[in-house]
Amino acid sequence: MAFRWKNNLTHADVTPEPIWLNRRAVLAGMAGAGALGGSVAAQESLEPNTWEEITSYNNFYEFGTGKSDPSDNAGDMVTDGWEITIDGMVDNPGTFSLTDLTADMTMEERLYRFRCVEAWSMVIPWNGFELADLLNKAGVQSGATHVAFETAVLPDVMPGVRQRVIDFPYVEGLRLDEAMHPLTIMATGVYDRPLANQSGAPIRLVVPWKYGFKSIKSIVRITLTDEQPKTSWNDINAREYGFYSNVNPEVDHPRWSQASERVIGGGLFSARQDTLMFNGYPEVASLYDGMDLSIEF
Amino acid sequence: MSKFIDRINQLARKVPTWVVYLLLTLPVALLLFQLVSGGLGVDPAKRFEHETGELSLKLIVLGLAITPLRKFLKLNLFKFRRAVGVMSFVYVSVHLFAWVLIDMNLRWAQMYEDIWKRPYITIGMFAFVLMIPLAVTSNNLSLRKMGAATWRKLHKLVYPIAVLGGVHYIMVQKVWETEPMVYLAVILALLATRIKWAPKARTAPGV
Repeated sequence: MAFRWKNNLTHADVTPEPIWLNRRAVLAGMAGAGALGGSVAAQESLEPNTWEEITSYNNFYEFGTGKSDPSDNAGDMVTDGWEITIDGMVDNPGTFSLTDLTADMTMEERLYRFRCVEAWSMVIPWNGFELADLLNKAGVQSGATHVAFETAVLPDVMPGVRQRVIDFPYVEGLRLDEAMHPLTIMATGVYDRPLANQSGAPIRLVVPWKYGFKSIKSIVRITLTDEQPKTSWNDINAREYGFYSNVNPEVDHPRWSQASERVIGGGLFSARQDTLMFNGYPEVASLYDGMDLSIEF
Repeated sequence: MSKFIDRINQLARKVPTWVVYLLLTLPVALLLFQLVSGGLGVDPAKRFEHETGELSLKLIVLGLAITPLRKFLKLNLFKFRRAVGVMSFVYVSVHLFAWVLIDMNLRWAQMYEDIWKRPYITIGMFAFVLMIPLAVTSNNLSLRKMGAATWRKLHKLVYPIAVLGGVHYIMVQKVWETEPMVYLAVILALLATRIKWAPKARTAPGV
């Protein structure tokens, strides 16, 4: 079921026009159709970062720990003939070519905020499809509670893997209801161009209300399980990186206050802005009803 | 080798210290120019902050190297030690102002909280505070007023400052990175050259 979430912005809207109607106003309008609960309409402007910014400032430790290492080093990764294994608690497990897998998915543009745990942010016009559609196609078995993801490990073209800066493969995970949420997408492009290698080509996860490291790149395996899967940063330092890692200005990371963020491309003296709860996607709040988010961070 | 060192020593005697001040000002001047002209990439604030911090640490390492260079290689750059030290303070000040101004955009409440809550910021700020008395007394008048012995004692503060700076750099990283660890290793090695090993007792007591 594609097009369950909309904003009224596309990158064609990158004009001097400063203010757009908030996408939530659109959602509120859709509430009658029962698509999603209505939320408060507000005015805001979301201006996407440039392709240059999006592709030259990345965290992709397989290619090195510096921000420009991925753009410098990722060029040799070959993504033609990419295959993804879907296994675990699904009716139709197997290894599929990316082409086959995405053939009947509905591609959309999603203009999302992207908030890194390091307290910087961008706005990115993704192209992709809802993860829910893919999971439905795979046929999630009853009893499955979580989805685990795994990034490719290609030592020949990944200097960071050779240096073992962290344990590879990089792994991430979501609770099934988070994975099925209409905001959660699998992205294959930015600005209607295929993803750059450093952005996680040819296919990556995008979960806009969570810190960026949850949005795992260059995925080769998706596994449905009935337990909370291991996730890389949580494994490296559980005190600093929780399983959920929802953007939350009230829960500090020991290393960075999460109260505010610097917008990449913002002015030297004005780039810092307040961080929004769930990165400005309050429609996901109900996923966490009854949870103490300062404990389950 | 010794001829080469002699030549450098001769050259050093001729070069006035203001030349060294000027040379050490060039990197920050270039960085400022790049900051304003958009030459520091996608995240200029972070880049400027990192570069000035690293330059400051480099100068601290250079300052610590001057005594061992003279002791072990007879290379005498003593005349420039003050310039190196003062400029390391200039760089760390620029580093701090960059944090306040272009990184934090003057969010005082959050900065105050960060200084106490983020260990790497606490450590960095502590090192900066320790450098203030050294910068203030880096002049001949202070040296005379304090007396050489007291002055030297005060300026030994540079040892903990260097270690704190090295630790700060390591802690800024999310994972164990090689480069910051090399800095700390070099700092510790330079400090080790200053240890005065107690002379061994030649005779057993009572013999």
